[in-house]
Amino acid sequence: MSERITGTIERINGSLIVGKFEQEAKMGDLVEVGNLKLMGEIVRLREEIAYIQCYESTSGLKPGEPVVDIGTPLVAELGPGIMGQIVDGVQRSEMELWELTGPFISRGANISPLNRKKKWNFEPTVKAGDKVVGGDIIGTVQETEMFVHKILVPPDLEGTIKTLTGGVYTVTDTVGVLETDSGEIDLKMMQTWPVRVGRPIKERLTLSQPLITGQRVIDTFFPCAKGGASAVPGGFGTGKTVILQQIAKWSDADIIVYIGCGERGNEMADVVEQFPEIEDPKSGKKLIERTIIVANVSNMAVSAREASIYMGITIGEYFRDQGYDVALMADSTSRWAEALRDISGRLEEIPAEAGFPAYLADRIAEIYERAGRVEILGSEQNYGSLTLLGAVSPPGGDYSEPVTTTTLRFIGTFWALDSQLAYRRHFPAINWLRSFTRYLEVAARWWSEFDPSWERTRALALRVLEEAAEIEETARIIGEKALPDDQRLVLLVAEMLREGFLVQSAFHEIDRFCSPEKQVALLKIFTDFYNSTRPLIEQGVPIDQIRELDVIREIMRLKEREGEEPIKDARSTMNVQISALAKQYEVNSQ
Amino acid sequence: MTLAPVVYKTTTEIKGPILMVQNIRDVSFDEIVYIQRPNGELVQGSVLDVSREMAMIQCFGGTAGLDLNTKLSFSGDVLRIPVSEDLIGRVFSGSFKPLDGMPQIIGKERRDVNGGVINPAAREVPKEFIQTGMSGIDGMNSLVRGQKLPIFSESGLAHNELAAQIARQATIPGSESDFAIVFGAMGIKNEEAAYFRAEFEKTGALNKSVMILNLADDPSIERIVTPRIAQTVAEYLAFDLGMHVLVILTDMTNYAEALRAISIAREEIPTRKGYPGYLYSDLATIYERAGRIRGRPGSVTLMPILSMPAGDITHPIPDLTGYITEGQIILTRELALRGLYPPMNVLPSLSRLMKDGIGEETTREDHQDVSNQLYMAYAEGTRARGLVRIVGTVGLSERERQWLRFADRFEQEFINQGIYENRTIEQTLALAWDILSDLPEDDLIRVREAYIEKYHPDHKSEA
Repeated sequence: MSERITGTIERINGSLIVGKFEQEAKMGDLVEVGNLKLMGEIVRLREEIAYIQCYESTSGLKPGEPVVDIGTPLVAELGPGIMGQIVDGVQRSEMELWELTGPFISRGANISPLNRKKKWNFEPTVKAGDKVVGGDIIGTVQETEMFVHKILVPPDLEGTIKTLTGGVYTVTDTVGVLETDSGEIDLKMMQTWPVRVGRPIKERLTLSQPLITGQRVIDTFFPCAKGGASAVPGGFGTGKTVILQQIAKWSDADIIVYIGCGERGNEMADVVEQFPEIEDPKSGKKLIERTIIVANVSNMAVSAREASIYMGITIGEYFRDQGYDVALMADSTSRWAEALRDISGRLEEIPAEAGFPAYLADRIAEIYERAGRVEILGSEQNYGSLTLLGAVSPPGGDYSEPVTTTTLRFIGTFWALDSQLAYRRHFPAINWLRSFTRYLEVAARWWSEFDPSWERTRALALRVLEEAAEIEETARIIGEKALPDDQRLVLLVAEMLREGFLVQSAFHEIDRFCSPEKQVALLKIFTDFYNSTRPLIEQGVPIDQIRELDVIREIMRLKEREGEEPIKDARSTMNVQISALAKQYEVNSQ
Repeated sequence: MTLAPVVYKTTTEIKGPILMVQNIRDVSFDEIVYIQRPNGELVQGSVLDVSREMAMIQCFGGTAGLDLNTKLSFSGDVLRIPVSEDLIGRVFSGSFKPLDGMPQIIGKERRDVNGGVINPAAREVPKEFIQTGMSGIDGMNSLVRGQKLPIFSESGLAHNELAAQIARQATIPGSESDFAIVFGAMGIKNEEAAYFRAEFEKTGALNKSVMILNLADDPSIERIVTPRIAQTVAEYLAFDLGMHVLVILTDMTNYAEALRAISIAREEIPTRKGYPGYLYSDLATIYERAGRIRGRPGSVTLMPILSMPAGDITHPIPDLTGYITEGQIILTRELALRGLYPPMNVLPSLSRLMKDGIGEETTREDHQDVSNQLYMAYAEGTRARGLVRIVGTVGLSERERQWLRFADRFEQEFINQGIYENRTIEQTLALAWDILSDLPEDDLIRVREAYIEKYHPDHKSEA
């Protein structure tokens, strides 16, 4: 075990503690602070003086109280029991905290992240004599009905299995022995990993699949890839949290890590209440069986908020290393950056922009670079991915502030939220003119299997929306009535697309999740409507006649109808009505 | 309140509201300090930064008249207030001195004003619809028990009237229980405090209210503790006595300014407009104390009022508040000038918890759809209004004219109401359908067809 180094508190300034140790402490080590043994972490060292950021409120601490460097950095405990947990930024189970200390969180509670008493049924998948390397699976635990927890050889070990026995164990029981070059090592189901260090992989791979979320504006227009990184910036009330929660609920990732970082307690309570109720559309099992929640709300200690993102990512990487596709939501990275700024200010570092430390960009890059699709460790060839989705809360909705601009450099999808859309309750309020994706090629390959013309259809729809925005500029000056009919048709189709495709209700029992099959069929009916009415306009059919087609109402309601059958029906109605109009006009003009 | 046996006269520096004291012993972070003013009066302060030699103290009572020989002592504890049932009906100063001529509370217990953090796992999701009797709120930004919903206003607008009307009318439909009120004032004018008091008195609410008053002529740094005292009282009433508490905190802008004054005196690195980088986290420690706890009967519903300097919603105080609270109600001068009460601009207003509080079981199944439709139609209407300024009404299409007429009726009949007019949620929804029925049915795209069939006045009369 590592050596414990003791010392005393010299100064307390909010969450920052200055400690004086008997011998040199180590940067990044965890520290027990004061008589209450609060948790802290060393963030700066100068000879025997250490600056410690404390993860809990420091109210009532006195200079002269003890500090103890416990000799290890902040680690995540990884093993069975982790699934479905709700933990704080330093991985203490909030359910257990509640049982232990009541509904208000009290300080200095000592809780092991993984339950030490609970027993799990371990089934070995290798046997004595087998050679294994770091990342190899040595056995499995059926942790929840839908989730198989694969027990891995810790990344830094390799050797020959000496013994390995199936049975019922706690996470710290020895399940077997590994013979390595440097001696025999007990194998346990639990392993630990320092949260600020990325878990090792064999190789990073190019991204190959979109993350399907069931949200039309995302999947069809601005898709994210499995292993990619996305940012959702938006002022308050633009729906960042709802978008992230929708993705957590409906995306086709195997595992979800949801980090509530400095956000609202009531919203976390909502997640905690809903996820055990909602069924996963793929497996029919409860969502909580594939979800881990890290909840460090806004009035919990600021420094634990800083740690919570790293905690979540490390947990995510651990599942990626089991070969799963993991999606991680961080709501909100701005609160994390503010925590960084707070600590930096107390360390009296010279600030760069808006008070943020000069290393802000490095830290943001470090975080987003932990996303990726990778070949995971192990003797065989296996793959896993970690997708990172971060909310950004720009002050005053101003996208030129440092956290937003820096984040933009390191992400592949940008979902720009627009308060004007939110005001008219157009949700998700993703602005189609300002958002972008760098994963279009990846997505196009996947979508063309549903519909070979997907890329063209999408491009046409997007062009209609863009053109409409330009035409609206003119309409603002001369009025819509004064526009030529071909432009008014563009406005009409854009409006249909907005209301009938882009607007998607998170609370409508059918609309909240739109399958890829339905998305393709639905998009196509809008572009077909445009393609088949444009010639009519050219022939001189007035726009008002087109606007009065009954089928428009039906098309705009299709998103609320179950399955693709109604789309087929609407398509035939549309064809009938349009040819009737064309015919009628031919007759009239003769 | 007296000086403790160990008295220090070792102040080395006084800088604005901050005192630096040296040669101290056994002082803890956040500890309360008693400082003796030249006239013998004791004022409170608290420790902001402490090392073995030196403590930095923020003085809540103002530092004018103090010198380096000022006597002070450390209390050995953080700031606590006594709590008991006797709190109800009382009036206190911003630092919890009785103002009503009655003796100080003798509490069974003394509570740390900083409170604890409600464990997110122990929170109950707020779901009980509160009927405020105001259509703009009930119909489109419904409030629920345990929510924090601020009013963003400007000087001179009717935010006090609105808050008082909500306090007066708030009920849970179909239940007898009503609200206890905790009123925390930070730097508001004497007459404003008097207005609230008179309003509470009129309806008998005063008997179940607690007022914590730091007024405009009281020491400004005291405002740091006022909202914390108010929330501590509210938590006690709610989670110990099981009451449903409505907390009104006004004006949070004055609170934030006091925080800024301290920060600047400490020479901290400012962020926007001189406010400290931790303003968000600090505001959260006040706002986040609202809520419900699983297995406990009471609730704390919070309605902070803040004035947006120059009506700027991107100003750090409304901006950071909006990121913490579950929505916001926005009052604008433009609507006030048009004679509307409440001058509430619903478009940027929002209640995040509305969806959980409304629907078939609590209000009516079509409530959410109707609200969404009103939003969409009103947004179209205000867009059309912008067009009129350029192209005139003649330049509008018939459709745009419809939206325009809708927006006018919506403002005049739906948003606008009397200060003593109390509409039930049924009345609010009926009014909404009446106005919506002016629009062609095909434009009611945000309402499910089944609800159109059931609630649209045209269909209802057919039935």
